[in-house]
Formats: sequence, C-alpha cells, structure tokens
Amino acid sequence: MAVLLLAEITDGELSADATGKALSAAKSLGDVTVLAAGASAAAAGEAAAKLDGVSKVLVAEDPALGHRLAEATAALIVSLAGDYDHIMAPATTDAKNIMPRVAALLDVMVISDISGVVDADTFERPIYAGNAIQTVKSSDATKVITVRTANFDAVGEGGSGTVETATLPDFPTLSEWVEDKVAESDRPELTSAGIVVSGGRGVGSEESFAIIEALTDKLGAAVGASRAAVDSGYAPNDWQVGQTGKVVAPDLYVAVGISGAIQHLAGMKDSKIIVAINKDEEAPIFQVADYGLVADLFAAVPELTEKL
Amino acid sequence: MKVLVPVKRVIDYNVKVRVKADGSGVDLANVKMSMNPFDEIAVEEAIRLKEAGKVEEVVVVSIGVKQAQETLRTALAMGADRAILVVASEDVHNDIEPLAVAKILKGVIDEEQPGLVLCGKQAIDNDMNATGQMLSALMGWSQATFASALDIDGEHAVVTREVDGGLQTIKVTMPSIVTVDLRLNEPRYASLPNIMKAKKKPLDEKSADDYGVDVTPRLEVVKTSEPAGRAAGIMVGSVDELVAKLKEVGAV
Ligand SMILES: Cc1cc2nc3c(=O)[nH]c(=O)nc-3n(C[C@H](O)[C@H](O)[C@H](O)COP(=O)(O)OP(=O)(O)OC[C@H]3O[C@@H](n4cnc5c(N)ncnc54)[C@H](O)[C@@H]3O)c2cc1C
Ligand SMILES: Nc1ncnc2c1ncn2[C@@H]1O[C@H](COP(=O)(O)O)[C@@H](O)[C@H]1O
Repeated sequence: MAVLLLAEITDGELSADATGKALSAAKSLGDVTVLAAGASAAAAGEAAAKLDGVSKVLVAEDPALGHRLAEATAALIVSLAGDYDHIMAPATTDAKNIMPRVAALLDVMVISDISGVVDADTFERPIYAGNAIQTVKSSDATKVITVRTANFDAVGEGGSGTVETATLPDFPTLSEWVEDKVAESDRPELTSAGIVVSGGRGVGSEESFAIIEALTDKLGAAVGASRAAVDSGYAPNDWQVGQTGKVVAPDLYVAVGISGAIQHLAGMKDSKIIVAINKDEEAPIFQVADYGLVADLFAAVPELTEKL
Repeated sequence: MKVLVPVKRVIDYNVKVRVKADGSGVDLANVKMSMNPFDEIAVEEAIRLKEAGKVEEVVVVSIGVKQAQETLRTALAMGADRAILVVASEDVHNDIEPLAVAKILKGVIDEEQPGLVLCGKQAIDNDMNATGQMLSALMGWSQATFASALDIDGEHAVVTREVDGGLQTIKVTMPSIVTVDLRLNEPRYASLPNIMKAKKKPLDEKSADDYGVDVTPRLEVVKTSEPAGRAAGIMVGSVDELVAKLKEVGAV
C-alpha cells in the first residue's frame, strides 16, 4: 500500500509534531511519501525526509501554495492521487480545509479526525463530541483521511527519504490571501505541549487571564481556554480547546474556572493527568479530574504558581 | 442575490448521548433534536445580509428524515423566506454522509442559482467538518471555511477565518461557499408572532431521487462504542495538598 501524507508547514517550516503524529498513523498502512507544499517548502521537505518511516518526499513550491488556500493545495494533491491508496494529513485547520475538497474531487468520502487505525480500510473516529467512538469501513478506492493528532505519538528522526519535486497543475484562482493575524508567543504550541493550563469564564476578564498565564509560564506550559472565555474576549480564538477547537492530550491539563461542558471535555479528556480548580463542587469537570480542588481561583492559582 | 443555507437536524447539544448496548449506534429515539448550532449562526448571518440589503431571498434546505421539517420551520421563524426539505431517509438513525449531502445540494444550487451558500462548519453529531468543502469542490466555486467575519462587496467577499495560528483573512470570488464558525454572530430567537408566520411560509418537499443522487454510505459503520472512561479521581483540600500530589506522581 502507498500513502501520501500532507506535511503541516507554516511559513516554510515543518511542524514535526503534527506531521510526526499523523506519520505514526500513516506508517502502519504502507510506504509513506510526504508531500511538502508551500511557497517555500524545500527546507521543510528536507526535515520531513529525516522522519522515521518516510521513504520519499515530494517538494512542491509555488507562490499559490503559500498560504495553503484550499483550491491550490487540493488541485496539487488530486494531480498526485493516482499513485496512492491512502491520502492523509494531520487534522489541523489547514487540512480540514483542504482534505474534504480533495475527497469530493476524487468522488470519495473523507474520513475525518481518525483516532485509531484498525486495518487498511477500517478506522476509528470519535463522534458526538467524543461521547461515542465509531468504527467505519470505507468502500472507496482511495481513502482520504485526517488524523486526530492527540491520539498518536509523534515519530522521531531516523529516516532517510529521497527528495523529489512535484509541480502544481493549473487550477482556477478563486481566492487570494489578504492577511494573517498571528500572535507571536514564546510558549509551546497548544497541541504539542506537555502541560496545558486553560482558563474559562470563571477567570472573568482579559486582565485576569494574567493569573492563568503566570501559572502557565511557571510550568513552561501552553495556555488554553474554553469557548466561553474566547467568546467573552478574555482569550484569542486559537486558544480554544474542545469539540470545535483544538484537541489536546498533554501529560498534565489544568482546568481553571471551567465548568466541564461536554464540548470542552471533547478536547481534553484524553490528557494523562487532569487537575480542576473550580469554586463549585458540583462542576462536571470534577468527574474527569484526577485531582480536584474546590477553591476560588483568584486565591488558589497565585498560591499554586508560587508553591510550584 | 439569493443565499442558500443548508441546515441539519441533530441531537440537541445539551443532550448527553447514549451508545446502544449492542454497539449498533447511538440512541436517537425520543431525544430532543434541534438545529445544528453552527447552522443557526449561518441562518442568522443570511438574515442579517438580507436586512442589510445585500441579499433578496434566504432559502433554507435540509436533507434527511421528514421530521427535519421542524428544523426548517425554526429557520423560517428566524426569518428565512422559503424552505426545501429533501427526504433521503426514513430512519432517524440513518445519517446522510457529507458527500451525498453535497451532491444533493449541488442539485439544489443548479435549480435555485444562489450567489452564496452559508453552511455550518461542522455538524455536532458526526463531527465531519466536510460538507461545505465538498460542495465547493463539486461546484468549482471558491471556498472560505471557519468564518468569523464576512463582508460581501459585489463580485467578492472578504472572509476572516479562525485557523490554528489565529486569524486569516482571504478574499474570494463570488459565488462562494462559506462555512461559519462560532464567533460570526449570535443567533436570534424566533418570536412567537414569527413562529406563527413561519407556518405559512412555503416549504417544498423533494426526494434524493429528484436529484438523481445515490445516498448509499461509503463508510459502513461497523460498530459504535463508548469511549474509554477515566478512573475516578480524588478531591484535595488545599493547594499544598495539590502540589504534593502532583510531585508524588511526577507531573511537575
Ligand atoms: C456548537 C458548540 C460548540 C462548542 N464548542 C466548544 C469548544 O470547542 N470548547 C469549549 O470549551 N466549549 C465549547 N462549547 C461551549 C460549551 O457548551 C460551554 O458553554 C463552555 O465550554 C463553557 O465554558 P466555561 O466552562 O468557561 O464557562 P461556564 O460554563 O460558565 O463555567 C464557568 C465556571 O467557572 C467557575 N467559576 C466562576 N468563578 C470562579 C472563581 N472565582 N473561582 C473558581 N471557579 C470559578 C464556575 O463555578 C463555573 O463552573 C460549544 C458549544 C456549542 C453549542
Ligand atoms: N443532512 C444535512 N442537511 C442539511 N445540511 C447539512 C446536512 N449535513 C450537513 N449539512 C451542512 O453542512 C455543515 C457541515 O456538516 P458536516 O460536514 O456533516 O460536519 C452543516 O453545518 C450544515 O450546514
């Protein structure tokens, strides 16, 4: 079996974490070719070639591939699809934008957000905000798949794939990039961090999020948020953890002032250790917490930051 | 310009789902069903575009069982003008896959000729996040997913998208398929008079056959199971105790 894996690349740089996690799912299915696509992608392609289990890398560089607009990247993947049984990508927002489009162009059903591989045709995926796990068997000739990265460990280095180039075919230009608003941060990325500290509506304001961020920095953690905290403007959208935000599974997840709605749990309940701090002892978050502390966060979090 | 808004009838987001003991699926008999929350946001946006004079007509469409009529009536009560129900299944447990939904929607678009389709980003039952992207591919129209801001200006739309790194703004050529995210707007509630008025608004009924679409699933559901549970945790009495426990297990 041959697998084409779309690498996660941002501004020319390979995300070894997201790509490596999807690669560990892909490796079990066959011989993996990584597609490194971007305005500049050669360096990312070189990095991908070193990942364990990569036999080949295709580098496609074109200004039109720069911002991962769905139309261009999908056209590229479709032009290569004939050689592969599986076309995969980590379930990032980029891939969720692109892969269903690829699937429709190939007249196959996309298999979104898989959490497990059973065999070459059969996959597990969470549905209903992770409250049920469905095992599905695809009857399509090509399997187009996005991989829920929280469920797989990233492969390390150790590969020595060959590098070739691929060319973007003609496609109608329907979209153009205008701008990105990306917050620069020295903190680890939410989806790859070993520790995540998240704040919810209980934090009360954007200013008070400093309390969460102080604990985050003390732990060298990434910072997350509930939807309510994002909707209320306390935290930016890319911090949202949950069914419709990011899915994380760190070694330690600290939920502060978060009630524990199923949509939030969907994004964090595979974490190894969960700590919850909430002033309401009835809060559902305590049902998934390994360590629960009923306390006012404005007192407990600064104390915790100090004592760690 | 006409806007088409596909709305899906799904289990209400407040209901805790129950997996059937025999692993055959999730129990949907006698549970509260509602409009997919993202689709409420899409309907709201379409109505606001009409109120702003950028759109003449808002048409809502749902594909599935007959009971999806209720979902369409909700959209009409919010302010949509007209509804189309495409009956594609008799059984509420039979979910129509995004690929088939997209093919049916293509048939609807060919008939209705809208200038814009506003989909939800994701159905909260199957969590596929696929239909809008698939429809865009089948139509050969531009695609703007996960929209948190939308500004239509003649031949183009400027869309701000919620992405992993933050926000991305793109400019797409109309006609376009836009999928909406949580922070695009806050949907209104339908008032009682509008609920009454909605009962008289037109609702056409069609079938998947009318569009020549085969809705046989490509993904056979082999089984549905409960997720692994978590072992019971403990409550600690103080920050000191919490710190001690975390050190004990090597978490910090
Ligand atoms: C379609 C859809 C998608 C969604 N997707 C997501 C998602 O991806 N992620 C997500 O998180 N949510 C999502 N939600 C929202 C979800 O249903 C909840 O509304 C949300 O998670 C609640 O956030 P919260 O826990 O911060 O707020 P609340 O539920 O309001 O909880 C606040 C908590 O803070 C506690 N608190 C208040 N003050 C203090 C204090 N001083 N000290 C200690 N504790 C305090 C309270 O006791 C309470 O438990 C989604 C909802 C829908 C409908
Ligand atoms: N059966 C359906 N009827 C109407 N609209 C649908 C249906 N299925 C999906 N959609 C639309 O597509 C969006 C994304 O759904 P999905 O791709 O299933 O996650 C939804 O928010 C709806 O706007």
